[in-house]
Parts: sequence; structure tokens; C-alpha cells
Amino acid sequence: MNTALQIFREKIPFLHDICQAIGHSILNVIQALGAISLFVLQTLRHCATPPIFIKHILRQFIDIGYYSLPVVGMTALFTGMVLALQSYTGFSRFNAESAIASVVALSITRELSPVLAGLMVAGRVGAAIAAEVGTMRVTEQIDALSTLSVNPMKYLVVPRVIAGTIMLPVLVLIGDIIGVYGGYIVSTHVLGFSSGSYLYQTWQVLENIDVVSGLVKAAVFGFFVTLMGCYHGYNSGRGAQGVGMATTNAVVTASILILIFNYILTQVFFS
Amino acid sequence: MTKRNKIEMTGVYKAFGTKKVLQGVDLNVPVGSSMVIIGGSGTGKSVTLKCVLGLLQADKGSIKVDGMDMIKASTRAREEMMKKFGMLFQGGALFDSLPVWYNVAFGLIHGKDMDKKDARKIATEKLEQVGMGEAIANLYPAELSGGMQKRVALARAIATNPEIIFFDEPTTGLDPIMADVINELIVKCVKDLGATAMTITHDMASARKIADHVAMLHEGKIVWTGPIDDLDNSGSPYVDQFIHGRADGPITDLQSELLKSA
Repeated sequence: MNTALQIFREKIPFLHDICQAIGHSILNVIQALGAISLFVLQTLRHCATPPIFIKHILRQFIDIGYYSLPVVGMTALFTGMVLALQSYTGFSRFNAESAIASVVALSITRELSPVLAGLMVAGRVGAAIAAEVGTMRVTEQIDALSTLSVNPMKYLVVPRVIAGTIMLPVLVLIGDIIGVYGGYIVSTHVLGFSSGSYLYQTWQVLENIDVVSGLVKAAVFGFFVTLMGCYHGYNSGRGAQGVGMATTNAVVTASILILIFNYILTQVFFS
Repeated sequence: MTKRNKIEMTGVYKAFGTKKVLQGVDLNVPVGSSMVIIGGSGTGKSVTLKCVLGLLQADKGSIKVDGMDMIKASTRAREEMMKKFGMLFQGGALFDSLPVWYNVAFGLIHGKDMDKKDARKIATEKLEQVGMGEAIANLYPAELSGGMQKRVALARAIATNPEIIFFDEPTTGLDPIMADVINELIVKCVKDLGATAMTITHDMASARKIADHVAMLHEGKIVWTGPIDDLDNSGSPYVDQFIHGRADGPITDLQSELLKSA
């Protein structure tokens, strides 16, 4: 076996190096997936067992939910407004302007509000969690928690994950209302639609599943955003570079997971 | 009569990937004594301390604290044992989002479920023990100087009246006068509590002040251990080179060989 490998390395060194690099990458990905899975299991176990730091969860409700409200609200408002404008441009070619209310309501509640809120919260909250927990790792504050008989997973990770999972659906629900209102403003004030018929159409087209699916997506996205922030911060490398890398990785992985799980959940709800 | 050992390390190994840090550490710390581990940077002092604390899992060997093997013990048993420990971190490791008094009272409130009012009272007493008044109790760690942060960290380490206190480079980053103040405080606090202490340092003035016993760690092994009074006549070339801070000797010879072979 060794001889075959040696011959391969000597005869075709270029191909050997490529294979080695690919192998390393695959092993690294598998290792990371294993570490993240263990972290998820540990987090779920700690969520279900006392002690639970209630005050910390409430504080995270404020940090994650209340302080994200402006950015999520603005995103939803302008997305709803742009959606109405663009839909009008497209639908007017086929004399289908009346479908604007339906398109705005369904797009916002099913897809745009949960995905955009998830991405915005990943940028704002996921990065902040990774930086804060990462700094605590680097300055040995996480080790200090252990020596003071406090489990760092329970104290740092559980409150953030619970708050993220609960607060993102609340943000998305508010985003749904603001987004639909954005479409309503443009349609009635710019495009000349009747206020009553716009609201009637919106009300007619929306079903419970449209809103519920968006809220379920939001809960899953909230879980992943906070979990990735905590995971990357908790396993942050040393120094400023380590914390910077943890922050970047937290936002990137959370964003990718949001897009992947958005597809999976859409398939589950609407296929 | 020989004292019973509070900490017993036997054949402890720890590696990070291919890098072997501890290569068979054997060390005993008698009850109520102060053991100082000296050694150069990168010799495995911090790893040794973290293995005893359970912050790192040793690969092989046995670490017994009060007779309980910390490597084989369950997580719950280890968490219970942690309640006997106090730790002063090199950088203080104070929680920067909490005021000074809460930092000191943290182990009492969360570790021992004490009422906040009672915990604050004890925190104030401990702060007074390390020469800090009530006035700083409501400040945040970032508002304190390095020396003051170290005092607060010391107050936090002794707040739960631990049986064993660990000190990680307690005088690093402090001016000589403040370093001596911290050394005096460490000696006083350990004596007052009747605790067993384990310190790692490369500050010889600190080691001479704090230690009852000294152990020299080199290349992941204890190369000499003995009472502080024997330190100057240890007969170990490693100890001699280290305590006199000489550039020539077996430590640097070995380092040069390793660098050449790398």
C-alpha cells in the first residue's frame, strides 16, 4: 500500500498534491460537521435540563429581538414597496395589475420576510454573538466560568439559542405586516390602486399556511443564526485574527444554512 | 509525619495533534502547601494546570485530587470537585459586562446559589482583604488598572473559600512593586484559608516568595522538585540555568538542537 502511494507520489507529484488537497478539504468538512453536530446535541441537552438562566434569556430577547426591529422593519418595508413597483412593471404588460396584492402578500409572508430577516439578523446578531463569545474564549472568561462552577454552554449558548429561536418568528411576523403595508403604500399612493380592493385581495389570497410556514422558517433560521454565532465564537482561534475569523465564519455559515433550509422547508410545506 | 497529598499527578501525557506537550508529568502537592511550577515559555506549565483543573482532558496518566481521579471522573463529579477550586487567571479573566462586586460574587451566586445580597456582602469583605474599598465595587473591570484587576481577580478566586487555589502567572504584566503586593496578598490569602496552592510562573522573585515547594518543568517532564530552601542547591543544571537566567546551559543547548533539526 505504502509502495503504491510512494510510486504515485514520485511519478505524478502534481496529481498527488491535488488529491492530497482534496482529501484534506473533505476530511476538514467532515470534522467540522461532526463538531457542529455534537455542539447541537449538547445545546439541545442543556436546553432541556436545569438550571436555565431565565434573566439571561429575557436580556437576549431584548438584544436579539427588540434591537433588530429597526433593521428588519426597514428591510421589510422597502422590499414590499419595491416588490409592488416591479410587479406592476411586469404585470402591466399582460394586463394583470390586479395580481399585485396577491404577489406582494404571498412573496413577503412565504419567502422574503423570513429569508431577509434571517440574513439581516445573521449579519447583526450572529456576528455580535461570535465576536462576544470569541473574545470571552480568547481572554479565558469561558474557562473562568467553568472554574466558578458555571457551565459555559448553559450560561452563554442556551439563552442566546432559545432567544433567537423565539424572537425571529416575532420579528418576521412584524416584518410581514410592514412588508405588506409597504406594498399597499406604493400601490395606493403611486400606482393609483383603490385602498379597499387592495386590502380585500390581500385578505382573500392569504391562508394560514402562508404565514405559518414563514414563522416556522424563521424559528429554524433563528436557531441556526444564534447557534452558528455561539459555535464559532466558542471555538474561536487565538488573538484578534481568530475572533475576526470566527465572526466571518458565523455570518457565512448561518447565511448558507438559511438559504439551504429555506429550500428544504419550502419543499416540505408547498410541494 | 509526612502530609497526605492533595494533588497527585502520575505519568500525565497531553498532545495537541503531533505536538507532544506533556510527556509523563509526575508531581505531588501535599495538603496545605504551596507548590510553584517553574519553567520556560512553551514547556507545558499552563497545560499542566488546565489538566488538573479539568479544562483540558489529559491523554494518559492519572490526576488525583483528594483521591478522585479527575481523568476518569464523570462530568458531574468533576463539576462538584470544581467547587473546591479557585483560580487566578494570567489576564484576570474578569467578566467585562459585569461590575466588580458581581465578578467577585459570581461563584457564590451561580455556583453556590447564594442570595445576591449575602453574596455582595461577602464580595465586599473579600475586596477589602485584597485592599480594595467599597468605592470600586460598582465600577466595571475596564475602568480599573492592571494591578487593580489582578486584585479583583484574586478576590474572586478566594470568594468561595476554596480548598485549592491555582495561580497562572500571577505577576505577569505588573510593575515590580505591584507584583510584590500581589505576591504578599497571595501568601496571606492562602495562609488565611489554609488552602493548598498550585502556581505556575517564570518570575523567580514571585516563586521565592510564594513557594513551599518548587518543581521545574522542562520539555513536558518534571526535571526537579524539592523544597524552596533547596532551590539554590538543587544539583540540577536545568534549575541552575533557569534561576540564574543564563543564556548558556542545557535548556538553550537542547532548544538550539531542536531548531537546527526542524
